[in-house]
Amino acid sequence: MAHFTKATSIKDWLNQRLAIEKVEKVMASEYWIPKNINFLWAMGMVLVITFTFLLVSGIFLLMYYQPNVDLAFDSVNYTIMREVDFGWLWRNVHGVAASVVFLIIYIHMFTAIYYGSYKKGREMIWISGMLLFVAFSAEAFSGYMLPWGQMSYWAGMVITNLFSGGSLHADGLVEWIRGDYVPAQAFLSRFFMLHVLLIPVAILGLIGLHFGALRIPHVNNQDGEEIDFDKESKKYLAGDKAGSKVIRFANDFMSKDMLVVAIYLVFFFYLVFYHYGFAMDPVNFDPANGLKTPTHIYPEWYFLWSYEILRPFSTNIGLMAFAFAQVIFMMLPFLDRSPNTVPASRRGLFKYWFWAMLIDMIILTAMGKVPPIEPFGTIGFYAALTFIGLWIALPIITMFEKKA
Amino acid sequence: MKNKEPLILAVVVFFTLATYYLVEPFAHSIMHKHFESEGFAYKDLPAITKKGNVARGKELVMGAGACTGCHAITSQGLEAPMNAVTAARSYGVNPPDLSNAGAVYDAKFLDALIKNPAHALMVEHKFTPESGKSYPMPKFYGAGGNMDQEVADMVAYLQSIAPKADKLTPAMAFETACGRCHAVRYEKWTQIGEKPEYKKKRDELEFNIRVLDYQDSLAKYMGTLPPDLSIYIRSRGEHYIKTFVENPQQYLKGTAMPRVGVNAEAADKVIEYLEDSGDTKRHERESVGKNVMIYIIIFAIFALLWKREVWRDLH
Repeated sequence: MAHFTKATSIKDWLNQRLAIEKVEKVMASEYWIPKNINFLWAMGMVLVITFTFLLVSGIFLLMYYQPNVDLAFDSVNYTIMREVDFGWLWRNVHGVAASVVFLIIYIHMFTAIYYGSYKKGREMIWISGMLLFVAFSAEAFSGYMLPWGQMSYWAGMVITNLFSGGSLHADGLVEWIRGDYVPAQAFLSRFFMLHVLLIPVAILGLIGLHFGALRIPHVNNQDGEEIDFDKESKKYLAGDKAGSKVIRFANDFMSKDMLVVAIYLVFFFYLVFYHYGFAMDPVNFDPANGLKTPTHIYPEWYFLWSYEILRPFSTNIGLMAFAFAQVIFMMLPFLDRSPNTVPASRRGLFKYWFWAMLIDMIILTAMGKVPPIEPFGTIGFYAALTFIGLWIALPIITMFEKKA
Repeated sequence: MKNKEPLILAVVVFFTLATYYLVEPFAHSIMHKHFESEGFAYKDLPAITKKGNVARGKELVMGAGACTGCHAITSQGLEAPMNAVTAARSYGVNPPDLSNAGAVYDAKFLDALIKNPAHALMVEHKFTPESGKSYPMPKFYGAGGNMDQEVADMVAYLQSIAPKADKLTPAMAFETACGRCHAVRYEKWTQIGEKPEYKKKRDELEFNIRVLDYQDSLAKYMGTLPPDLSIYIRSRGEHYIKTFVENPQQYLKGTAMPRVGVNAEAADKVIEYLEDSGDTKRHERESVGKNVMIYIIIFAIFALLWKREVWRDLH
């Protein structure tokens, strides 16, 4: 057993038991971050803040929400929106944050792709990040079921139907997922459980893994420069702060993070109070009705690109393309064959690949929302083919990439 | 090292706005028909040419076999000949109390309605000669004099007994214009009136049964039970509701929903009623929103100062 002495202060008392000084050094003051970064490096902190908003607002909503097919709709739209003090505020924060969190995730992802932050030892950062994306997607989908409006019901119907696997006709699997032939009480109860317990727990675990995965390879920088963190941190501690290539996580990096967070919050709260409609689909303000199919069924905007990879093809091919789209981003570190860890702008053909992928995904997103009438059906079809083609081309173009 | 941050920010903002534009305004313009409001002018209906005489109008409205044979005018002490449930059983829907009609409905519309209800209401497709059905309210064929003059007199009388525009509450406008077909459960409104607080369960059940009976007749008459409008302001929005009420047929060809004929002021009152029901906290949202924005901007200023302070030594 360790030797304990009489504590001279509360800090000393805690230090003997929890090594708080050491923890503070490891986690903050001597957790070294490259100096050569831009505001895109603050998206992690923006995500932490947004996730915290989701968690806190979710806790308040949970106190009034009723996971029952007869009560759910009114518990949200009447009890929370009218009866509970500031219930409307928690709901707007929750709804807007759920949508905006995906915007930030996409910015975070494309930042990583642009700067090659998934290579040379950073593969696990990318993979854990993609697992978080999957978990957030499941969280968003399960949460979307809870108000039990028309879009909840019909999106639940359409998405669970995907599990029948087209010609495989795995209808038993679909019924097992729903707990019924159609989305009903069993379906709502289990998606409620997933949304408030199982998936949040998984997300918390994955956030831990994602942060942990950063420790050994360290954070990437704007030029993909390999930094000797030991040497640079010694320089910093010796007083040459300006000459060192690294900065402390706190307060150096944190102060920049908080500035970006503050600017983001101006944007975020503007949406919460003045422009929240995009995050709460009007159709979902009609109560669920299994006998009345809405004219247009579409997922929330952040799922549209993968929905559009499913839609233009025949059932079986569409499902395969959809499955491909779900897993392919996870494989990125292995499909990119180039040894260069530099920004896309210095990587030959990959530069064009990056912008083509970004624009193609925006086109897919747009076409996923509009009804598949011409010319949108055709545009969507070719955008989906382009998506698949770009991924097939990736190993080839990166294999021949010159050393930067 | 050149500062690339403004360029990066511009790129992020550009792609974010492009995506937003495509999935919101653009996609919705493809998915939904858009109609501009005519400002409740009812241009297809003829203008009233005669100047109405209130006293003569009163005689016509109260006369034997005239309006009060079916309609209540409670503000003048005239109760309805039948209760709502019985009336709905006979006519499909309870005929409106005319106390507020002069304030809620457009004068030109009232004029056209008295002469030919199915035409003014745009429900002639439901009452064709082949259907064998006729609109429950008969056309007014005149009381022996000049018919245009007589109808103008009746409209003038209805306007004279109606509350002034500033006395017309949102609930009055809604109840007269929409409330006999549409329930609004968040405001405790049913098609037969506001649901009272009952002490005894039995009394409440009796009331509920009356509502259900009424709804049965209504559903049979309309083809389906008209929807509860509690949060229509969120699911449809102000523009859609107004233009739909102005001319339901342009959105839903063949719908049983009649053109309601409200005037522009009453339409605003109806919207206010629906906002009170479905967007109850809008005033609080605006005031809290303003304070939060001020707070966050101050927070951002402090964040900027802190960053500058910390980074002074790092450059």
